[in-house]
Amino acid sequence: MANTYTKIASVSVGSGGAATIDFSSIPTTYTDLLIKVSSRTSATGVAENLLVKFNNSSATFSNKTLRGSGSAAVSYSFTTNGFGGFLNAATSTSSTFGNTEIYIPNYAGSTNKSFSSDSVTENNATEAYALLAAGLWSTTTAINQITLYSDSSGTIQQYSTATLYGISNT
Amino acid sequence: MTKLTRLEVNCTTGEVQEIELTAEEIKQRETDTAIAKIEADERAQAEADKLAAKASAHAKLAKLGLLPDEIAALL
Repeated sequence: MANTYTKIASVSVGSGGAATIDFSSIPTTYTDLLIKVSSRTSATGVAENLLVKFNNSSATFSNKTLRGSGSAAVSYSFTTNGFGGFLNAATSTSSTFGNTEIYIPNYAGSTNKSFSSDSVTENNATEAYALLAAGLWSTTTAINQITLYSDSSGTIQQYSTATLYGISNT
Repeated sequence: MTKLTRLEVNCTTGEVQEIELTAEEIKQRETDTAIAKIEADERAQAEADKLAAKASAHAKLAKLGLLPDEIAALL
């Protein structure tokens, strides 16, 4: 990893699980942000959507995603939530986790915020996912809080981790 | 019933807190989930429609005499 990456904060989910992981009071001193997530949810199924909020808002997000499932490839759009990637879900192989990276350039600027994600799930079966996503948060305020949560009322499970990095271009 | 909590990391101080969701936050979570479910159902339907259209196209091309490899090259 380039030496312009700085770990801002890291968190590991405890035994009770968590409805959300929030990075708050994010300093504006970096150029870009990168979030690395290893996560599993209590929601049913093999995989579940990992959603994001910026500044506690789920509004004005749009997204285009290309996803492979192990047997087919599809593309689709999200228009009502911030889409970050996938978490492994309850029926995936036990003790495995989905991996996701979310990159947010110019997070502290005064223009709309674009972001990109790449994400995979793990499963010892045919059905497992890999995806690339492009997202836009059509809001011009600087991002000072990022929330990660599982779709479908699932909670993020123990041993899930999330690390936030700041990236400077100098 | 297990209480819902959020794990908040203050990036300035480094402090990590496990905070129980307020009634308002639980309500917002339910709203977010309901919205996400609607969109997920729409995506699933769109995927099913696309697969059905592909199967239909496959059958029609086969009736025209195309070989499986030729159909696979088109679809």
